[in-house]
Amino acid sequence: MTPPARPLLAAPPHVVNIGVEEFAAAPRAAGATVTRIDWRPPAAGDTRLAAKLARLTARPDIEAANATALRRVLDVQPLWTDVRPAGELIPELAGERLLLHAGPPVAWERMCGPMRAAVVGAALLEGWAATEDEALRLAGSGAVRFAPCHHHDAVGPMAGIVSASMPLMVVEDRASGLRAYSNLNEGQGRCLRYGALGDDVMRRLRWMGERLGPALRAALRSLPEPVNLRTVTAQALQMGDECHSRNTAASALLTRELGPALARHADLGGIEALDFLRDNNYWFLNFSMAASKLALMAGHGVEHSTLVTAFARNGVDVGIRVSGLGDAWFTAPAAPVDGLYFAGYGPDDANPDIGDSAITETHGLGGFALAAAPAIVGFVGGTPERARRISADMATITLGRHRDYRLSGLDFAGSPVGIDVRKVVDTGLEPVITTGIAHREPGIGQIGAGLTHAPLSCFTGALDAFEE
Amino acid sequence: MVLRNAVHNDLYADSVALMRVAARLAGAPGLDAVSLVMATPANREVLADAGLLGEEGRSAAPNDLIVAVRGTPDAVEHALAEAVTALRDTGGPADGPQESAPPPRSLAGAPADADLALISTPGAYAAAEARKALRRGLHAFVFSDHVPLDDEVELKQEAARHGLLVMGPDCGTAVIGGVPLGFANAVRHGTIGLTGASGTGLQQVSTLLHAMGAGVSHIIGTGSRDVSEAVGGLTTRAALDALAADPATDSVVLVSKPPAPRVAEQLLARVGDLGKPAVVCFLGWDPAGVPVPPGVTLAPTLYEAARAAAEQALGHPVPAEPVPSLPAPPPARRLLRALYTGGTFAHEADLLLGPALGPLDRSAGRPGAPPALPPRHLVLDLGDDAFTAGRPHPMIDPAVRAAWLRAALADPAAAVIVLDLVIGHGAAPDPAAAVAEILADAGPDRPAVLCFVVGTDEDPQRAGDQRRVLREAGAEVVGSSTQAALACARLLGGVQAAGLPAPRPATIGGPA
Repeated sequence: MTPPARPLLAAPPHVVNIGVEEFAAAPRAAGATVTRIDWRPPAAGDTRLAAKLARLTARPDIEAANATALRRVLDVQPLWTDVRPAGELIPELAGERLLLHAGPPVAWERMCGPMRAAVVGAALLEGWAATEDEALRLAGSGAVRFAPCHHHDAVGPMAGIVSASMPLMVVEDRASGLRAYSNLNEGQGRCLRYGALGDDVMRRLRWMGERLGPALRAALRSLPEPVNLRTVTAQALQMGDECHSRNTAASALLTRELGPALARHADLGGIEALDFLRDNNYWFLNFSMAASKLALMAGHGVEHSTLVTAFARNGVDVGIRVSGLGDAWFTAPAAPVDGLYFAGYGPDDANPDIGDSAITETHGLGGFALAAAPAIVGFVGGTPERARRISADMATITLGRHRDYRLSGLDFAGSPVGIDVRKVVDTGLEPVITTGIAHREPGIGQIGAGLTHAPLSCFTGALDAFEE
Repeated sequence: MVLRNAVHNDLYADSVALMRVAARLAGAPGLDAVSLVMATPANREVLADAGLLGEEGRSAAPNDLIVAVRGTPDAVEHALAEAVTALRDTGGPADGPQESAPPPRSLAGAPADADLALISTPGAYAAAEARKALRRGLHAFVFSDHVPLDDEVELKQEAARHGLLVMGPDCGTAVIGGVPLGFANAVRHGTIGLTGASGTGLQQVSTLLHAMGAGVSHIIGTGSRDVSEAVGGLTTRAALDALAADPATDSVVLVSKPPAPRVAEQLLARVGDLGKPAVVCFLGWDPAGVPVPPGVTLAPTLYEAARAAAEQALGHPVPAEPVPSLPAPPPARRLLRALYTGGTFAHEADLLLGPALGPLDRSAGRPGAPPALPPRHLVLDLGDDAFTAGRPHPMIDPAVRAAWLRAALADPAAAVIVLDLVIGHGAAPDPAAAVAEILADAGPDRPAVLCFVVGTDEDPQRAGDQRRVLREAGAEVVGSSTQAALACARLLGGVQAAGLPAPRPATIGGPA
């Protein structure tokens, strides 16, 4: 992979200055081009890892593996083909008291407030308990098993709790035969995924299972073709979405796609679905997540690849998975979210970073596509210039760019796709994530939105685990 | 505490913009809560849950904007008025300068046509940076020291496999195609290519060549350990190969402290194969039994190396500069205090003075302790790690040497103090002024001060100006490190001017 060397004396050198800045002056004064590196110790100052990183630089087996993994990611065509109850798609959910949750594995005892609330809601929904107290006792007794959504090819935003009767969307890639799942978005305001509980929340969840799911299924299956989510995403990026925290355009596009067919299935709940979709600007988020999960599943499991295939948060820990490192999670404590809050709430109320939705960032969306959605940067008082800067920075930690996802703010360059563990450790640039903020106490819900990052220590941990 | 809702009909604003305005307003004193939302049913419900939905807001339509404020009556009034202004404030680029593109955070972000990495990070990271440079097809100049020897060997082996050069670690100087790296002097462009494991030695030889009217094509430093047994001269050999192949280089000078014996022999043989005339100065190396190839001149000192190379390049003899005589010191003043910043100069002085003065003290006192002068001749390398731990190199910061100079000036046994002043890129902006200031404070009864300036009039500090300042301050100024050492030998050891060792051109006869 090393390019052929230019002989040292062939021409005055183009110098890259790493370290003492003053050393740039003399070569520059002599007319040489000098590029300054804004250097800091790699691997957060761990010299052993810094040396390992250097040995893993430009290694032919890794470069080849990453090229393969990235090609597989980019080749995926995510088709929305079905909506069915989770228990039919993931049989374990029907066979036992199993709940899926967001992020890396976490036991009930360590779960954060919003996730516990969502567990209670799911237990009520499934009829495992009649009251919230009863549900809490049940969960605490060990009678409910928990597993990450990611362990079942699924993703769920925020708490990410999935139970057997919840409808899941099916997104599949015909060429690879892979399928990924996500639950359906409950909308804004008081939602189970943010840890809100109450009759309103439960009523909507039941309606989603009984009416929304079947209506969508029937409408979708009446279309001549499944819905290609890649096309929707590409269009939405041109309309100001980054398809993680901003899904306004994509949700509208998807609703338009399905509108007539839903209306034709009024008996199943099609009109109610349209009423629901009209108000739901987050509707597309779960589709964006499932399509991203599908793409990264295709890139997972390539030996020697340093491609990050998942970043997920359970509200206590966050973790990444890496293509060449099997099913292991490399975790760190969940980071706080820097954002804007709804009236009456502030950072002290916020739960740390939570949800599987950061799968979108591993697919070049969200923080990586900020240059398409400058309004999102307003969450941290930024400017469109800062949005462009973040996307440009993210391009320095990725393996390539998306062919279809174009960023208007970067002169329609492809969105940066495929986080390389090595590049994160080398630059110290942590992947930027756009996200919602949940209240840390159970039962309250969303209180804001903002930006956060995937902590460097996940990436140094993964690099450490890499076999040389 | 009052709650007010203001409804703005058909005023659409993005939710993020609304949250920003709310966040800005909420900081004002007297306010309890501020919320700006489009009046969709869901948002009105959120407001109601937060206890912020007032009568006006209840009847708002989805395309209306609700500003909900709770607080003292005055604060609420003010906030409601402010909210409208804030929403109309579109901001824009005039708010501040546009951010320019930031520099890359790692080598990976460097432009594709970059071909040399200049590395001066802390030593613990330098090998990793150099390896990354090599993997990206860049040559490396590694100024950093404290790089483990094993890393140096690995790096240089990897570089050799890729046709790349690693100058260093602990490489002080290079000039590649006129581009100075690290510490380097502004020397005339010419046809002599220099390489070697001695940074200050290369600077001395190149500036002497400049003074003699000759010029330099390239200077390739290799790092102080390159000629050790472990490293085996890997970079020196690569540098010799590069100079041999370089059409701009007509002759070659190789300068270093003595290499490991095996390495010295190999390098000497390689120099003989260059197809270009060459001068080799392995300071203090005994060539006994080693054949010197034809076309190669062995020079015993830095000055003679420069003179032999200048003669090769200029095609005419360069007369040897006479060794100056210093006035004889009073009898009580009999000791040498040589305070060098360049390690090679200390080594050369040791070599030239040893035969005349006997064993020399090469270290004094403890690192960090106040200067303590031994009752013996002293030759110090103040650039040594023992003196620079946690401090800048004395070539960068003359203050490092100041305490020693003051102590030596006050030493009643001192006959002569020797100082090197290395100027050029990277060096202190005015080292002569620092010396002159201290000399001005010394009384009339002080030892002689003998200086040499390593630099050219093209250097930012201007060698001529530095020498003038030193002379005006009462110092003796000679032309080179070699001259300074020999003048001391004559002064203190009774060695005559003829003591200047002669070069050993191969044509006149290497050892049989």
